[in-house]
Amino acid sequence: MTTISLQNVWKEYEGKVVLEKISLEIAPQSFVALVGPSGCGKTTFLRMLLSEETPTRGRILIDGAPLAPEPTVDRGVVFQRYSVFPHLTVTENVLLGKEFAQSKFLGMLYGKARRKAIEEADALLAEVGLTGAASKYPAQLSGGMQQRLALAQALITRPKILLLDEPFGALDPGIKADIHVLMLRLWKETKMTVVMVTHDLSEAFRLGTRVLVFERKENSALEPDRFGATITRDIDVWPPKHAAWATPAGKKTPAR
Amino acid sequence: MRLLSLRPGRGANLLLPAIPFILLILAYTIGSALRHAGNPDDKLLPGLDALVGAVRRVAFSPDKRTGEYLLWSDTLASLTRLCAGLAIATVTSCVIGLTVGLLPYLRVLLTPFIAVLSMIPPLAILPILFIMFGLGEASKIVLIVIGIAPFMTRDLALRVSELPAEQLIKAQTLGATTWQILARVVAPQMMPRLIDSVRLSLGAAWLYLIAAEAIASESGLGFRIFLMRRYLAMDVILPYVAWITFLAFLFDLILRRLQSGLYPWFAGARAK
Repeated sequence: MTTISLQNVWKEYEGKVVLEKISLEIAPQSFVALVGPSGCGKTTFLRMLLSEETPTRGRILIDGAPLAPEPTVDRGVVFQRYSVFPHLTVTENVLLGKEFAQSKFLGMLYGKARRKAIEEADALLAEVGLTGAASKYPAQLSGGMQQRLALAQALITRPKILLLDEPFGALDPGIKADIHVLMLRLWKETKMTVVMVTHDLSEAFRLGTRVLVFERKENSALEPDRFGATITRDIDVWPPKHAAWATPAGKKTPAR
Repeated sequence: MRLLSLRPGRGANLLLPAIPFILLILAYTIGSALRHAGNPDDKLLPGLDALVGAVRRVAFSPDKRTGEYLLWSDTLASLTRLCAGLAIATVTSCVIGLTVGLLPYLRVLLTPFIAVLSMIPPLAILPILFIMFGLGEASKIVLIVIGIAPFMTRDLALRVSELPAEQLIKAQTLGATTWQILARVVAPQMMPRLIDSVRLSLGAAWLYLIAAEAIASESGLGFRIFLMRRYLAMDVILPYVAWITFLAFLFDLILRRLQSGLYPWFAGARAK
């Protein structure tokens, strides 16, 4: 149950306004899709949620508490590229979150702890359909498989919020459709709040419960840096995917 | 067809690389024969029999004065210095390069300093090294370290900063501490790049080794070559040069094998 709240957030770079006047409440377990033209600050918005960037003005709160100043384990992320580590096999990539948590000094698990962690990683790999590829390196995987791996890797730490930066932008249409099904299933099972940047409108509506449109409302030819983008439209997607499965706390999620 | 579209076939692929070597040997043999026709005692381009004789003398029979097999004792002395220098330089540059590349505070603190340090011509401070460390092994090893460590450090720090920012962010979202990121994400990815860096530094390391041995030493491959120069003993100098070249080539080959053997993911990752 994680709410994200933005209060009058602005982002400026050296006098250039990128985002302005963003106030927003994101309900628990939403799947928010951010769309808009290139260069309108969608990715900057996501980076602020990730603490990779800090707002110039305004506040971002998660469950009422201010956002940590650096990336933390409660916010998972999948980027379009470079999300997985090229020097680790598929299993090792997924294992990493466990190892960081359980082995503070070496960041490595051995023996029984490792076997237990591998079991969990294997279950997750089966979930995303990568069972056969466990001992391969990312460079040996297709783009779609790499993104499935990135999802599994991010999910092993059970983040409260998952941030996606055009995660499926470079995939072929057929592979994209498969991974959409997977993404929806994972979202429903984990009950995370997901925020996804995309430039694919149909993807935004297929996956999202809520679509936010980023745009520059005003533009001045004389002072192009004066105005930043903001949320111009806030669309609740119909039919609500949320209601179909959201159940009172404690009850099991009905089967799809 | 355009010249750039013409590709050698399988036979040509095997034959072409040999041609420059054959031509070089041919040119040497002809030159040597011509000089010996004019002067049977010519020392500048010794013939094949003279070279074989010299190799037999330095490599397979004990020296009259010391009882040592010169080529082997020289090789041992030189390789000890070279390996010590390489090892110290590698460890130093690994520690400094990784941390400087990863930690912004260290980067700001040390990058300009290392850049200036790497501009000092190492041979110019060789006299200082001799004064500080004496004429023994230490000064030669230090020269090699000073000669290659700054370059390797800068190279490594640069490679670390070239890692996609996404990787470091991702590691943080997986809960990693700075130390864990260094140990599990950055260092393992830098090891094959460090091997590349050592490979590129090998030539320089040999240069500094031979320079130090030429100036003040009592053993070593460089020492022998410069000693033999006094007697115009080309029949010894040429095999020594060939031997050094072979050793350098062998080092490079071993490092390349080590890289592909220990880090099988690297070729695929680099191709991207």
